[in-house]
Amino acid sequence: MSSQALSQNKERFELNLGPQHPATHGVLRVKLLMDGEYIVNAEPVLGYIHRMHELMGENRTWAQYLPNMGRLDYLSALSYNLGYVELVEKMAGIEVPERAEYIRVITTELNRISSHLLWFGAFVLDLGGFTPLLYAFDDREQILDLLEAVTGARLTYCYFRFGGCYNDVEDNFLSGTLAFIKRLRSRMPMYHNLVTKNVILMQRLEGVGPISAEMCRKYGATGPVLRGSGVNYDVRKNEPYSIYPEIDFDVPVYHECDSMARYNVRMDEIDQCMRIIEQAIAKIPEGPVMAEKVPKMIKPEPGDYYHTVEAARGSFGIRAVSDGKNQAYRMKLRSPTFSNLSLYQEASKGMLLADALALMGSLDLVIPEIDR
Amino acid sequence: MDLGINVVEMVIYLVGIIAFAAGNAAYLVWVERKGAAHIQRRTGPKEVGPFGLLQPLADGAKLMSKQIIFPDGVDKPLFMLAPLLAMVPAIMIFVTIPFSETLVARDINIGLLMIFAFASVNILALLIGGWASRNKYAVISAARAVSQNVAYEIPMLVITITIVLITGSMNLREIVASQAGPFWHWNILPTNGNFLGPITFIMFFICSLAETNRAPFDLGEAESELIAGFHTEYSSMGFGLFFMGEYANIVIGAALTTILFLGGWYSPFPETIPYLGTAGAWWFLVKMYLLIWTVVLIRWTYPRVTLWSLLNLSWKILIPFSLLNLLASAGLVKFLG
Amino acid sequence: MAGYFKNILSGSWSLIVGLSITQKEFFKKPVTLQYPWESLEMSPRFRGHIQLVKDAESGTHRCICCGMCEKGCPSGCITVKGEKQEGVKGKVLVGYDLDFTKCSLCGQCIENCKPAAIEFSKEYNLASTRKEDFHYDLLKRLKEQK
Repeated sequence: MSSQALSQNKERFELNLGPQHPATHGVLRVKLLMDGEYIVNAEPVLGYIHRMHELMGENRTWAQYLPNMGRLDYLSALSYNLGYVELVEKMAGIEVPERAEYIRVITTELNRISSHLLWFGAFVLDLGGFTPLLYAFDDREQILDLLEAVTGARLTYCYFRFGGCYNDVEDNFLSGTLAFIKRLRSRMPMYHNLVTKNVILMQRLEGVGPISAEMCRKYGATGPVLRGSGVNYDVRKNEPYSIYPEIDFDVPVYHECDSMARYNVRMDEIDQCMRIIEQAIAKIPEGPVMAEKVPKMIKPEPGDYYHTVEAARGSFGIRAVSDGKNQAYRMKLRSPTFSNLSLYQEASKGMLLADALALMGSLDLVIPEIDR
Repeated sequence: MDLGINVVEMVIYLVGIIAFAAGNAAYLVWVERKGAAHIQRRTGPKEVGPFGLLQPLADGAKLMSKQIIFPDGVDKPLFMLAPLLAMVPAIMIFVTIPFSETLVARDINIGLLMIFAFASVNILALLIGGWASRNKYAVISAARAVSQNVAYEIPMLVITITIVLITGSMNLREIVASQAGPFWHWNILPTNGNFLGPITFIMFFICSLAETNRAPFDLGEAESELIAGFHTEYSSMGFGLFFMGEYANIVIGAALTTILFLGGWYSPFPETIPYLGTAGAWWFLVKMYLLIWTVVLIRWTYPRVTLWSLLNLSWKILIPFSLLNLLASAGLVKFLG
Repeated sequence: MAGYFKNILSGSWSLIVGLSITQKEFFKKPVTLQYPWESLEMSPRFRGHIQLVKDAESGTHRCICCGMCEKGCPSGCITVKGEKQEGVKGKVLVGYDLDFTKCSLCGQCIENCKPAAIEFSKEYNLASTRKEDFHYDLLKRLKEQK
């Protein structure tokens, strides 16, 4: 529908999508100005689950702030753990044993798969297909079982420590992970036959919700959203951290800029995660999992520090300003979905309600991370 | 004709039809829940009665004991009328459906016409319900449901006209009687003169899905977009009646497909099957429930279509094909004599 | 025109494939666990709320009332009450209160504990309508365990 036709029609109404709505997956509220089924303006309203995570970082010790990292993006908590732990290690100059690095990568990538699987299910649920969600959950449960055996938690992990990991992994975790990868490899064709190649899904996603690379740059969108717009940017490749430089993996990039491209990026990323885990398990050395010299009370040198990692939804950055005390002077969290959501207003103009919800699903929003 | 016997017969049929419609609605919910659960590797209802078989009764008791809520500003008479309009026409349609040669409540000459007339009342119920609720989601849903139904009545009627052309009757009993015999006598194959054969059957099935607002055409109650669509504001038995109406409509859709394409109560086999025979209500129910199972399976497999692709499907594929089929079948019928 | 028919054919085929997948899954066994009737064994590292470790030798707790758990807790949900008693070296534990409504199961207290006097429990069947039910007195709990 052209913008001219939109402006001619005066019978507009406001529709409140959320804060309680099945498609917003949480407490996001989108104020829609509608013209029939067309969206004239979509204004995301945030703040329903704001918990002052940044302020909390400023009045707790560095170690006490660790559990907060599991509660930002609760679907890929380990990426956030990793980002924060690496930042503090950078600030305090702590060396991490190699085995711990490998364990961190294996568990983080497992967590990324579980996050993508959940997104896959929830996205198809948004589009009206119920069953793939439960198939994806079946696989995700296996990951949660594996991670529970290592970290002790199923969702809000708090596993990494400054200088290593809370405890070592056992051999049956590694073999269980390999068995799981084998199982998931055999399940992926089923997902593709059931969902990806389905003509109804293709019609709903192809060409729907175009997000240009230009728009991504304007709003700072990262992660699969950016890679679905044809930009080859992945923090793991562009600003390598941990042991990623030693591992051979591809960054899936699609140039179609539509929801289908973002869908494909994530599905391909699951394959790449499996490749990373396999290589890491093959290479994992013996040794300690905690650095020997970790100060009891961490007091970093005064200064301004920034570290970024690739979380499941994009690049997650933390900026910490230290004034030499055992607490941060300023803590700033750059969460990927906050930026990804901010392009929604522009991207959803003139779309049908059903398509706009497909677009929202393809952004993979996690509300507690947006509100922090 | 003896009036007394007639009245008794009428009452028996009335009670039978209401029981059949309500019982089907209740137990199709069970089939749907149990089927969906097993498709998704769950167990589904299992606590109330063996295999959860008493679950529909528990659900019904729960629904009836709930309060009927009238939100502020609803149009009360219309709000109450809509669920009735959803259920009553559905029951009315069962009057004309022949389950076997003799098992039909009213053998009406224009049965097919009557079914389509009553079936379109159903959409009025959605429209009234959505409008009277004074809820924006409900109004959007009502508008969607109406435009969807308008688009799908056309191919559905054109296909039906083709069948009427072939069988030369609008009486459902006669339509089935003209397909007497094993499966190659049925309208699903081109042998009777239905040019595109199975394709028209699938097209009719798609249309009946769209007419009954079933997934993947459930735009009216797209739960991830419009909460619950036209029945967002309904509670208690108001919601219950909409729900039962939906399932009654599925049964009607499947029954009609069976009558028009699958030879109604005739056995597909040329030989007589022991105990089952070559014809009987049994065969009718088997075919009907197989179709209903397909409807359930479809719901738990596909994502929902959008309004545009739905209209595209109707105007670009179903209508041209059904029109082509009407022309070709007319020629074929003439040729076959 | 050829593309039109090809689209219809490939589209229909994808739909048939989808149906065959769900129909196949229908005949497989359910993977869910019927929770109140069956339940899972929690893994050894499972994190329930904390509890005092029962020392095998002394038959009681090992807490020395240093308060490191209380100090390290990010949410401030632990209160250790110790008092000086006649004839005993150091403080004696008289109360160990855990406000589980605030706890985020991070394990800082356990890591900070020198004598390893606290551990994660395996309890997960926790439900209540009252907030007070989650204020545990761990010392009392330890005594009741005997």
